[in-house]
Amino acid sequence: MSNKKTFTMGGIHPDKHKITAEKPIEDAGLPEIVYIPVKQHIGSPAKILVAKGDKVRVGTLLADADGIVSADVHSSVSGEVLKVEEIEGEFGYLEQMITIKVEGDEWEASIDRSPDIIREINASPEEIIAKIREAGIVGMGGAGYPTPVKTTIPAGKKVDCLIVNGIECEPYLTADDRLMVEKAEQIIIGAKILNKALGIQNAVIAVDENKPAAIEALRNITRSYVGVNVQVMKTKYPQGAEKQLIEAVTGREVPSGKLPADVGCIVQNVGTVNAVYEAVQKNKPLFERVVTVSGDAAETPSNFLVRIGTPASFLINKVHGSPDKIGKIIFGGPMMGTSAVNINAPITKLSSGILLFKDDISFKPEETVCIRCGKCVEACPVGLMPFAIAAQVRDGDYHEMKKLHVLDCIECGSCAYICPARIPLLDYCKLGKYELKKSK
Amino acid sequence: MLKISTAPHINSPQDTRSIMRDVIIALMPALAAALLFFGLSALVVVLTAVAGCVAFEYLVCRYILKIPPTTGDLSAVVTGLLLAYNLPSNMPVWMVLVGCFVAVVIAKTAFGGLGKNVFNPALVGRVFLFISFPVQMTSWPKPDFLNFLNADVETGATTLGILKHIDAESSATKLAGGLSDLPDYGQMFIGYTGGCIGEVSALALLLGFAWLLWRRIIGWHIPFYYLATVFIFTSVMWLHSGNIQVEPVTQLLSGGLLLGAIFMATDYVTTPMTRKGQIVFAVGCGILTVIIRRWSVYPEGVSFAILIMNAFVPIIDYFTVPRVFGTGRK
Ligand code: SF4
Ligand code: SF4
Repeated sequence: MSNKKTFTMGGIHPDKHKITAEKPIEDAGLPEIVYIPVKQHIGSPAKILVAKGDKVRVGTLLADADGIVSADVHSSVSGEVLKVEEIEGEFGYLEQMITIKVEGDEWEASIDRSPDIIREINASPEEIIAKIREAGIVGMGGAGYPTPVKTTIPAGKKVDCLIVNGIECEPYLTADDRLMVEKAEQIIIGAKILNKALGIQNAVIAVDENKPAAIEALRNITRSYVGVNVQVMKTKYPQGAEKQLIEAVTGREVPSGKLPADVGCIVQNVGTVNAVYEAVQKNKPLFERVVTVSGDAAETPSNFLVRIGTPASFLINKVHGSPDKIGKIIFGGPMMGTSAVNINAPITKLSSGILLFKDDISFKPEETVCIRCGKCVEACPVGLMPFAIAAQVRDGDYHEMKKLHVLDCIECGSCAYICPARIPLLDYCKLGKYELKKSK
Repeated sequence: MLKISTAPHINSPQDTRSIMRDVIIALMPALAAALLFFGLSALVVVLTAVAGCVAFEYLVCRYILKIPPTTGDLSAVVTGLLLAYNLPSNMPVWMVLVGCFVAVVIAKTAFGGLGKNVFNPALVGRVFLFISFPVQMTSWPKPDFLNFLNADVETGATTLGILKHIDAESSATKLAGGLSDLPDYGQMFIGYTGGCIGEVSALALLLGFAWLLWRRIIGWHIPFYYLATVFIFTSVMWLHSGNIQVEPVTQLLSGGLLLGAIFMATDYVTTPMTRKGQIVFAVGCGILTVIIRRWSVYPEGVSFAILIMNAFVPIIDYFTVPRVFGTGRK
């Protein structure tokens, strides 16, 4: 497996701006206060177990998964619960959050804090899934789908390949890249653990060729592990999208409206796989993650290990971003991320990056007329016709829109990125999907 | 105050204006060649056409449509250049302006402006002039190297005109005489031949093509399939009949084929959206070009071929919708 692969249809090559690729992961330290949302995943919010005045430690369960599609939430600090109420989140909407005043850094005794790597996998498949559930692990690449659900193969389906997603195709972000460089062995053991839970033999770690350090670090270690291989990929956006990655690695196309398991694949992000390792081998719940803080308004862009619930403003201070120069703050990457209105919004399990942009590049360019250049069609990794979707959405013709397969849109933004007329094609696609789902 | 906006937060550096700017740059070598061979009169026609197209677009936006002028996108400049490149260098100024009016006002803004026009505006303008003023449109000054002021320039026929003429008379003696008027390949390649302002120099047009490819403005598909179709079609006829008229290399280098294939059959607005559709379009242009050149009364068919194929674009687009991911491979 030495030849480089990539997905077939469409794709774009935005400037990488991976300015933090060489910066080791730094401990961000403890903020004075954390805001921990009880819903950081797809599914129902977790049920709150604590109340104002309770003392908690690092790793204390704060809220319990409500049903199968939900996830536990743990404390990331030790201190006192100040309040449990709705607070403005990153987009200004009210979200249920547990506010904790940080008093120290006392961890639950059950967590193994030694630096040793534990290679022997003793847990049974059932125990593995139970531990993943107890640790509150969700897809950390941004999807936020509860990992235990993804690790349980639906009846009647046969899975033969685990793909560990180390693509990180969004510009600026380097959190996964650094994790692969610094935690290569943990990720590989995590993949073995997932393989055991899935009852399969093979795992492929897919990494874009623009991450040579990560590829080398992983390859040095995969030599001593059977069944885990590194697949180098030709860099193209959105290679990290689940269905595109599966097609790139295996050549299998997930049918429209179906799941990866339907073609025998499970995809997990490297951050998730590392969290699985920590949960199963070290008894450590998911309460911290790596976050890239970058962008041209960050004086010292860095990769941080951040406690969940840390306000973005704490990290912005750490990179010496001066608030008067910042025009836009993005949670996530520049292609799919969302711009925040609340500078104190907390880091969640899904926050891969905080990007700070200066005022002058923070505007949305003016939309002009479609010049029928076909670039959006060429760029779409799904084979859609974004210009036509935009026209139908403007006309409100939802019947036509269905024919255009708007529901297959993966919201990667490639079309809107490439459009020379600066038509917000992604917005039209999202609106079309929303209206179509509503009208059903 | 934080700004908020929807994803994506970055855009490709290419926008409509920068694309048009690159097309203009790609057209400059042909302008240089025209200056060398046809002198300042070519420049007069080019400047008139550009100024005319921009002015008409500005006036229509301002006073008829009452919208902010769209001239900033530079598409009118491209239309002006292409129109001029399709005219002889001795075209009277007022006729050039008539062409600009037809191109911009009738073929472009009346259809709804940039992006909505069905036919290539420059070609509509050219064909209108061709039909209205056939004499002026078919007398081409002979190339005269570095004679900038065009002192005593004779007019003569284009390569394709000579070939058509040969065919019409088809007597052996005349044939020999006609043949000696034909430029050789080298002359055709650098552009030392009669013809419209921007079409004569294959070298200059290919330089422009290289620029467009390098800047990723167009793909290679349309020009390649267009030229390949003409080459193969004429080769078959040539090998079959030995008719000098369809000698393939001359066919490729003469007339407006390169200008059309590189700059007009690749116009975004009036060509299909998908790669597949573009290939169908290009092959269609190639076939029609040869048919018109060989069997119609006109020596040249590039403009008509492209305009006819423009009309088929909606149908081609309809039948070349891309396959959606996950809906079964063919
Ligand atoms: S956002 Fe949707 S329509 Fe646009 S390129 Fe991505 S998948 Fe295609
Ligand atoms: S990329 Fe923009 S201008 Fe080009 S066809 Fe698509 S919508 Fe139209």
